[in-house]
Amino acid sequence: MSAVTDAARIAAPGNPLVQSIRDSLIVARRNLIRMARIPEVIIFGLVQPIMFVVLFSYVFGGSMNIGGTTDPQVYREFLMAGIFAQTVTFATAGAGAGIAEDMHKGLIDRFRSLPMARGAVLTGRTLADLVQTALTLLVLAVVALLVGWRTHTGAGEVLAAFGLLLLSGYAFTWIGAVIGLSVRTPEAATSGGLVWLFPVTFVSNAFVDTGQMTPWLRHIAEWNPFSATVQACRELFGNPGVSPSDAWPMRHPVGASLIWSVLIILVFRTLAVRKYRSAGS
Amino acid sequence: MPGAIHAEGLVKTFGDVRALDGVDLDVPEGTVLGLLGPNGAGKTTAVRCLTTLLRPDHGRAVVAGIDVLERPDAVRRSIGLSGQFAAVDEYLTGRENLRMVGQLYRMRAGAAKARADELLEQFHLADAADRIAKTYSGGMRRRLDLAAALVVSPPVMFMDEPTTGLDPRNRQELWGVIRGLVSGGTTLLLTTQYLEEADHLAHDIAVVDHGRVIAQGTSDQLKARTGGECVEVVVHERQHLRAASALLDRFGPRGPDRGGTRVEEHMRKITTPVSGGAKLLAEIIRELDVHGIEIDDIGLRRPTLDDVFLSLTGHAAQDGGTDGARAGTEGSGTGQGRRPRGKEAAR
Repeated sequence: MSAVTDAARIAAPGNPLVQSIRDSLIVARRNLIRMARIPEVIIFGLVQPIMFVVLFSYVFGGSMNIGGTTDPQVYREFLMAGIFAQTVTFATAGAGAGIAEDMHKGLIDRFRSLPMARGAVLTGRTLADLVQTALTLLVLAVVALLVGWRTHTGAGEVLAAFGLLLLSGYAFTWIGAVIGLSVRTPEAATSGGLVWLFPVTFVSNAFVDTGQMTPWLRHIAEWNPFSATVQACRELFGNPGVSPSDAWPMRHPVGASLIWSVLIILVFRTLAVRKYRSAGS
Repeated sequence: MPGAIHAEGLVKTFGDVRALDGVDLDVPEGTVLGLLGPNGAGKTTAVRCLTTLLRPDHGRAVVAGIDVLERPDAVRRSIGLSGQFAAVDEYLTGRENLRMVGQLYRMRAGAAKARADELLEQFHLADAADRIAKTYSGGMRRRLDLAAALVVSPPVMFMDEPTTGLDPRNRQELWGVIRGLVSGGTTLLLTTQYLEEADHLAHDIAVVDHGRVIAQGTSDQLKARTGGECVEVVVHERQHLRAASALLDRFGPRGPDRGGTRVEEHMRKITTPVSGGAKLLAEIIRELDVHGIEIDDIGLRRPTLDDVFLSLTGHAAQDGGTDGARAGTEGSGTGQGRRPRGKEAAR
């Protein structure tokens, strides 16, 4: 147990960025192994969006006026971008609960006592959540195709839409990280991660045509970061219901969605890493 | 020369609670310091400050020759921490847990793997290495946690209440592991509420109460502060109690405040404060024999650390302190459960 031999086993501290990426991937791997061993988390995570697809398309479809028609097939195609975008934001709760649980179990203390990159525990977690989000989206897309959703553009556009959705989901997991580090129990992180998502995802263009909202509400909906992603997806999928609004994010939804996501990542990552550094003090 | 762990005037307040109220510590290299105190005394806060988890408001600390406040990352490379709650990932196997920690200590993947195997063997976890930690018993999780803290064989180790919640067998086993570790030259700071544990493992004991070190020394020195030893005799026949007590009285010290011979009739036990140790004991046995008094048991009882604690603080070691508010904030209430955040979570 001589200190010399053990020191020799440790790689010399290298480039901080490389170290940070390496540490993040180690933590991401850990979280992915966990997810694979608790598959019920992913399965239950799928129940809600699938339920929404079925309920919204069969209950609301036919009574919703999208672009001057109440054809249920039109509503179904309109709806999917909204459900996709809502589903990726729900990753917030998973990230928050996971990090809160690590705090609760003392794992964050262990990580903080190790000579690892400061942001790696959080980055690792959000990367693992990104993988989970991608899987969820894949299953959901299959369900959507089964109920009659179709895209009317090229593969490039469709992939770009899913790319935007993943980026948006990734951004929201950083909000989850801040919530997870701010609460005392994983249960609080789950509810704290979900409650505010309902107004955010409903006061938007996800499920209804914003043109029918009262002006002030429509204004909020059109500037809602979430609406930009939904609008961008509809455009990229070639689905009906693209809002003809003059609001800047509605006219440039792809750019707006990108800007919003990057902005959220920058702000909430900074906040989360700062919180992590002083966790438990 | 300052020791492997050295702290001066550490102060940490949470709101209006002074969790640390000017703590000075010095642990020479290769020795064990036991931080002994009740819940809420500030033990965990002290460990968190020394392991870079918490920034003290005032004071300075040097660990393994490195300033904790100036170069926390360098300190992290030289320490191992085993916190109050076994901090292992329940859904990873024992092997995966250790490999992950090794890699996060910046070991190369191959080296981390080899080291994990070595530690699993050493901590008798090889058979359970590929089971997820959720299936482990409390003692096994503790051992895995300790193994994780030892991945790089750090020169300085911190253990926060390492045996809390373990049954006696697992506690004994863990003590064995800790003793082995220390014999290898590791400097160790360990906190405990168990007087017996400090007595067994620590070279030096610092008694902490209300965020201050109220006494420090070897176990013997602390006991000496409380007073001398007693001889306890249990006679075989109740009718011999009187004669035996008269006999023992002759060996006891004179003077009113030294306390005299105490007789507990129902247990047929006589206790006399003495000074003179083992030699005296032999003499007493001879005398009793000469007088034909048959005995069931005789022994020299030295004051326990419980006695020490009681005499130093006015309250027993495990009653959570006299200051209810302080004990509450640092978690004598919530800290008993498996809630690391409840412990000293007052912010």
